[in-house]
Amino acid sequence: MKEKTFSGYQILSNAVMIIWTLLIILPFLLLFMSSITDENVLVAYGYSFFPRKFSVASYAYIIRSGIKILKAYGVSIGVTAVGVFFHVFLAAMMAYPLSCKNLPGRKVLNFYVFFTMLFNGGIVPSYLMWSAFGVKDTILAQLLPNFLVSAWNVMMIRTYFTTSIPDSLYEAAEIDGASQFQIFRKIVLPLGKPILVTIGTFAGLTYWNDWTNGLYYLQKNKELYNVQNLLNQMVSNIQFLASSANSNVTSASAQIPSTGIQMAIAFVAILPIMLIFPFFQKYYSKGLTLGGVKG
Amino acid sequence: MKKKKIGLKRFWPLYLMFLPGGLYLLINNYIPMAGLVVAFKSYKVRDGLFGSQFNGLKNFKFLFATPDAWTITRNTILYNVVFIILNTLLGIIFAIFICDAVNKRLKKTYQSAILFPYLMSAVIIGYIVFAFCSTQNGILNNTILPFFGKDAVSWYQEAKYWPFIIIFVNTWKGVGYGCLIYISAINGIDPSLYEAAALDGASKWKQIKHITLPSLVPTIITLTLMSIGRIFYSDFGLFYQVPRNAGALYSTTNVIDTYVYRGLMEQGNIGMSAAAGFYQSIVGFVLVLAANLVVRKISRENALF
Repeated sequence: MKEKTFSGYQILSNAVMIIWTLLIILPFLLLFMSSITDENVLVAYGYSFFPRKFSVASYAYIIRSGIKILKAYGVSIGVTAVGVFFHVFLAAMMAYPLSCKNLPGRKVLNFYVFFTMLFNGGIVPSYLMWSAFGVKDTILAQLLPNFLVSAWNVMMIRTYFTTSIPDSLYEAAEIDGASQFQIFRKIVLPLGKPILVTIGTFAGLTYWNDWTNGLYYLQKNKELYNVQNLLNQMVSNIQFLASSANSNVTSASAQIPSTGIQMAIAFVAILPIMLIFPFFQKYYSKGLTLGGVKG
Repeated sequence: MKKKKIGLKRFWPLYLMFLPGGLYLLINNYIPMAGLVVAFKSYKVRDGLFGSQFNGLKNFKFLFATPDAWTITRNTILYNVVFIILNTLLGIIFAIFICDAVNKRLKKTYQSAILFPYLMSAVIIGYIVFAFCSTQNGILNNTILPFFGKDAVSWYQEAKYWPFIIIFVNTWKGVGYGCLIYISAINGIDPSLYEAAALDGASKWKQIKHITLPSLVPTIITLTLMSIGRIFYSDFGLFYQVPRNAGALYSTTNVIDTYVYRGLMEQGNIGMSAAAGFYQSIVGFVLVLAANLVVRKISRENALF
């Protein structure tokens, strides 16, 4: 083994980064430990990195309790899958015309997309409008508002198309008599795959993590809650209990799973992100740096 | 004339491709922009967004007569100023440290760790904070505070602690975003500069000061100005989920976004909420334009437009 001496700077920088890395990992570890702590121990001694007694009762509860919790996962998975498909497909279809240099009116279309990044009407008109359109308490509420098209992502795809697909390919295809749809399908989509996968990971995360659409648009129909909405609902039920200590709370408290179970649900919500994290990281970081330096 | 005809024939499929997404933006983005007029109306569900009666500046008069207007503006801006400073400083320091990690595997580990919390939803972050701060079960009250001989604290009822908690959580979650961008900027620096400096006997600190930091200046300026353009907006989840929407904490956790939400959804005070939203949209727009103007002056290629 080669003897290696570290400079003071190396020791300092790595020490700082190791501490920060631990600061990030430990809270997640605490969340996981709480989810496998025996409920009585949890109530008596609080959350802990070293539970006095382990129990998988919380996870067993999730599986046994069946429909409500599993359904929320189903909504999360389904909405994410459909949302990503449309998000990527619509964005690619918008980005391709914007990348065609000789398209008449391209500047106008460009500005039309771009302006939505600068100015927005905010949640009040948006909420009133989507409500008037009747998306409330339907599955469309999880899908349509806010996230189906992102101008920022369209711009990123457009930039990728203009810089990475050579014009000569288009010209050759047009000489061969290919229609624009064929060019889009046979050239643009396959060659644009790296950016489309990147945008897909962005969109997937947005849909998986979203809890605001459910908060605004699913007030009556709680059947359509995703995992995040379910977790959020448990928090509000607890706040409700805390603020109305003297009222009749037995019925409300019966609906709140124990804290261990809440932590277990939270952990299962993180799990998919953890599992595909290596894949995610590759594309997500690429997207961040692309989008961060130049839109 | 003829040329134009051929052009249209050739181009109509492209317009057609643009159409679905374009329609979505029209509905999701442009109609609500026009819908901002609701701030000057007394909204009635029956009459809808565009049919309700105008009531002049009444909503704004009400909004600015309350002490809330000042509190939410102050909170929003102060938090954002601290976030910008901390995330820039720590983002750069961490990026430099990560790029100098002793080996590739550690570098990868640091990079993964720093990005990971950024991918979490605000709800999950709220749960993690709760595992620390819960009054009955939290690890702070049960293990950490007793260890230092301190008394337990009712975290969700004491507003004075929350600026620190919010700022810490924001840094913990968000520093990775800028950090990754700084790392890619550092990776883009010509390595021969460092080799030459090392040959001349420049210390590590001198290399950072004279090579790394100057190379990062354009990125720093762009990122900072973009954040300044967003200084009137905050991360709704951070201020709603992390303090668990606890009423006792509003004085230090209420920002424009949470105020608008509560007015609209919890108190049914649509007029006031719309006025606050209008105020945010307009000031936010002016700030984005101003920030971009400054970026254009400094480095044309980093400007948004």
